[in-house]
Amino acid sequence: MAHAPQTEMIHGLMAEFDNPTDLVEAANRARLAGYRAMDAYTPFPIEELNEALGLKKNPLPLIVLLGGIFGGSGGYYLEYWTQVVTWPMNIGGRPFHSWPHFIPVTFECTVLGASLAAFVGMLALNGLPKPYHPVFNVQAFARASRDRFFLCIESTDPKFDRHATESFLQDLHPLGVSEVAA
Amino acid sequence: MAAPQQPLQAPPEAGSMSAAHRELLARTPDVIAPGHTFGSVTDKISGIILTRRTPIGWFLGFGIAFMFLTILNLTIVKLLFTGIGIWGNNIPVGWAFDIINFVWWIGIGHAGTLISAILLLFRQQWRTSINRFAEAMTLFAVACAAMFPLLHTGRPWLAAYWLFPYPNTMQLWPQFRSPLIWDVFAVSTYFTVSLLFWFTGLIPDLATLRDSAQSKFAQRIFGVLALGWRGSAQHWQRYETIYLLLAGLSTPLVLSVHTVVSFDFAVSEIPGWHATFFPPYFVAGAIYSGFAMVMTLAVPMRAAFHLEDLITMRHIHNMTKIMLATGMIVAYAYVNEVFYAWYSGNLFEQFMMTNRQTGPYGPFYWMLIAINACMIQLFWFRSVRDNVVLLFILSLLVNVGMWLERFVIIVVSLHRDFLPSSWGMYAPTKWDFGMFTGTIGLFLSLFFLFVRLLPAISIFEVRTLVPEAKVNGGSTTEHLL
Repeated sequence: MAHAPQTEMIHGLMAEFDNPTDLVEAANRARLAGYRAMDAYTPFPIEELNEALGLKKNPLPLIVLLGGIFGGSGGYYLEYWTQVVTWPMNIGGRPFHSWPHFIPVTFECTVLGASLAAFVGMLALNGLPKPYHPVFNVQAFARASRDRFFLCIESTDPKFDRHATESFLQDLHPLGVSEVAA
Repeated sequence: MAAPQQPLQAPPEAGSMSAAHRELLARTPDVIAPGHTFGSVTDKISGIILTRRTPIGWFLGFGIAFMFLTILNLTIVKLLFTGIGIWGNNIPVGWAFDIINFVWWIGIGHAGTLISAILLLFRQQWRTSINRFAEAMTLFAVACAAMFPLLHTGRPWLAAYWLFPYPNTMQLWPQFRSPLIWDVFAVSTYFTVSLLFWFTGLIPDLATLRDSAQSKFAQRIFGVLALGWRGSAQHWQRYETIYLLLAGLSTPLVLSVHTVVSFDFAVSEIPGWHATFFPPYFVAGAIYSGFAMVMTLAVPMRAAFHLEDLITMRHIHNMTKIMLATGMIVAYAYVNEVFYAWYSGNLFEQFMMTNRQTGPYGPFYWMLIAINACMIQLFWFRSVRDNVVLLFILSLLVNVGMWLERFVIIVVSLHRDFLPSSWGMYAPTKWDFGMFTGTIGLFLSLFFLFVRLLPAISIFEVRTLVPEAKVNGGSTTEHLL
């Protein structure tokens, strides 16, 4: 999709910082400068980045809710079907549909469904497991899981220009700027 | 490098703080020793796995634990070949060591979820350096607990059809009106959700290990387990969402698990079991015994791996205070049991209580009162809370006390039931003890492997405790931290 041949070869440009404050400021300035296709890489979650990068709210709460509803109704239906429809048994003269007895299992199934939806949903939306990603090509990136903070402006951004973007990133006073091979 | 020392719990406005309050805050140890950086906490925790020499004590401890694990294996083989007749329980005491140990282990697990989920929701930062191994403790304890109900069926593969709902050739289904089936669902859900929560927390740390491991083999293993995590801000945002949601789901779950366990008793009609206050009583006891086990594990681990600056006195103090609070709830429940027995006007309930206190198993009752109601009063004293060796011994005693509590509830109620003609006595056999000590061996073996092979303290969460982790200026969320 890239227009210029030289941008075809790289994933983007990456600036390295040694503290979260500088990274958040850099992200804010990049956004103000009009960059949109960018991502930050940090060794721990930084709430301020959500705003700085303009991240959208994610649909996970809804997915988890649906998982819970599915699990709970599935659990209740399982109990109803086995205890009332397919194998009704008289236990101490109780009605076959003795719903208060069905609540504990329904509750557990709700939690199970919601939790599985949360875990699988998070991985699916994040595209994990994903063993290869271009950012791992950068030598310094090994410290993104340790003590360094990275801002990557991707070559898919319409405003991306190898030289202009590089000098923009240099102006943010990073520890260094590297090209990310695709 | 010299980081400014600041109290990390939410401090009220400095101006509005009274002098006494300020002095109290100054006396409260920090949740992380001053001077740490992102790199130093990373090295400190990952070093245990990647670079530091394994302490000789680890081999010694693991060897002893493994010996007991072998006893467990032998016991299980004997059990599967012979049947559960090798155990001491027989009518009228149909439930004994199997259920006592099941409840004991499940209860121990509860502290892990309390620390990881409930304290997260309450934004208690001190949870951060103890949550990981407390969660591991939960998983291992639940695994130990699950062995008892599974194996007390004799041959579990023949029992599967009445434990789990699956279309079997006999076209039979589990009886969902029985608390024992609720138990199956509660415990298996608890294990699954705890595993998901634990693994979710591990993913970023596995990525750290992948990136700092030197050997190809370690890089591969951690690389596969880390699922390609790269710390993207977009990913962190979703990660944080589900971490909080899982905490929110685990909170009612953990309360439900011991509630359901208590239903095993409360729904029946045996004197001493048939009580409506069992759920809160059991949940409090579970958290109490669980924190005792966290303390039992934390004190030696902290000393062996020199983690005093991450598991600080603040953690030790807070855990002791939680033990004191939940222990007092348990003590209150003991008083209630006596009161109900008397106030019910029911002959059998009254006899149950007299028999509990003065019957053949009376000494066990008084031992549990001595530990769970009297001994824990020591935790009021700061000098006791400061003495980690003493706390280690006391926490072991709490574990003993809580085991005795389950023994008293289960065996003493059963051995003298409604008809004197059916009274009996119970004594465990060597196989009962083999199974019990064997699960302790399994638990400790797993724990020793865990502290050696995986980060026992959450690295990425501890990084957020380093003062530089706070973004300065213009933050809209600062008031929440």
